[in-house]
Amino acid sequence: MSETSVQDQTPLQGRPTSATAAPEWPLWEVFVRAKAGLDHKHCGSLHAADAPMAVQLAREVYTRRQEGTSVWVVRSSDITASDPGDKAMYFDPMEDKVYRHPTFYELPEAVNHM
Amino acid sequence: MNAAAELPRLHITPPVQYVLRLADTCLIHAQRLAEWCGHGPVLEEDIALTNMALDLVGQARALLTLAGQMAAAPGGPAWDEDQLAFLRSEFQFFNLTLVEQPLRRSSAHAPGGDFADTVLRNFLVSSWLKQLWQALAASSTSMLADIAGKAVKEARYQQRHNADWVVRLGDGNEESARRMAAALLRAWPFVAEMFAHDGVDDAAVAQGLGPARQSLRAACMDEVGPVLAAAGLQAPADSPFVSTGTLGRHSEHMGFILAEMQSVQRQFPGGRW
Repeated sequence: MSETSVQDQTPLQGRPTSATAAPEWPLWEVFVRAKAGLDHKHCGSLHAADAPMAVQLAREVYTRRQEGTSVWVVRSSDITASDPGDKAMYFDPMEDKVYRHPTFYELPEAVNHM
Repeated sequence: MNAAAELPRLHITPPVQYVLRLADTCLIHAQRLAEWCGHGPVLEEDIALTNMALDLVGQARALLTLAGQMAAAPGGPAWDEDQLAFLRSEFQFFNLTLVEQPLRRSSAHAPGGDFADTVLRNFLVSSWLKQLWQALAASSTSMLADIAGKAVKEARYQQRHNADWVVRLGDGNEESARRMAAALLRAWPFVAEMFAHDGVDDAAVAQGLGPARQSLRAACMDEVGPVLAAAGLQAPADSPFVSTGTLGRHSEHMGFILAEMQSVQRQFPGGRW
């Protein structure tokens, strides 16, 4: 028989055989724009060898159901994030400053649709 | 109930065979790619391979529907896409022999499971399909022109995605270059059939259905050549061998892939889910 059965006996070549053999491709964050005029929104991440591959694979993984018209990718390591440990210091002081919301103004009729 | 028993005789005229050549190439190529589902080298490419297979299934469905209508007597019953896919015999399939060759699984001719074979075949077939779809956009059969208009975008993307891999691997490290070169040696004998010429091509040209395969060669090779060169690959010299899947005479692998693909319909004729 020239073709082996469904359960292949030999390990496939070029395929990681365990989690530890996973490719060491860098991680990329993917941003997809749903339609013209809207912002690109973060929708997930993926592994790719370089930027062009990341764009292609983002198209494959994150736009399969017509989610997008444009894709951005950014190396995850290029993103500088705030430290979760600073959360209290950074964000809690804003809790009692409701006057920063523009909810105390009467809007004229002409701008009713703000 | 046996749906097969009620089917009209299938009259495969040259124009019908012309459409089936394309339909079956898409269908069998998709079936081979689908064997990668859940087995891709990385998760992202696994999804990409399945996306490509689904593009091809969509193209095959539309083409099989068209072929069924063309094969029916005026006003008579027609074979539908499922019947054509799952109830025809091996000699009634007319796909390129290249696409029925094993990909993921091993055979006497190939180790199987080598990603190099997959990206190279995808690249060759999508380059060919792209030229064919472009020409078919001007088909005198409006349904075929419509199918081509949609499919050409899919072929264009598949060509780019796989050309990228061919160059990455061919121009990669020593091991990947060796494997790409071996994959090219395995695939190349089947390329001649993509540009072969016979009475079916003549009939298609005569009624404005579509181009002769021969006429696609120059444009196709103009795109394949530079990619192979960028990958550091050398196409083997042409040989007199021309495979004959498009004539209904297949390699030894065709029976196995049909047996698997058709087993459910054969076991439960007319079954739906």
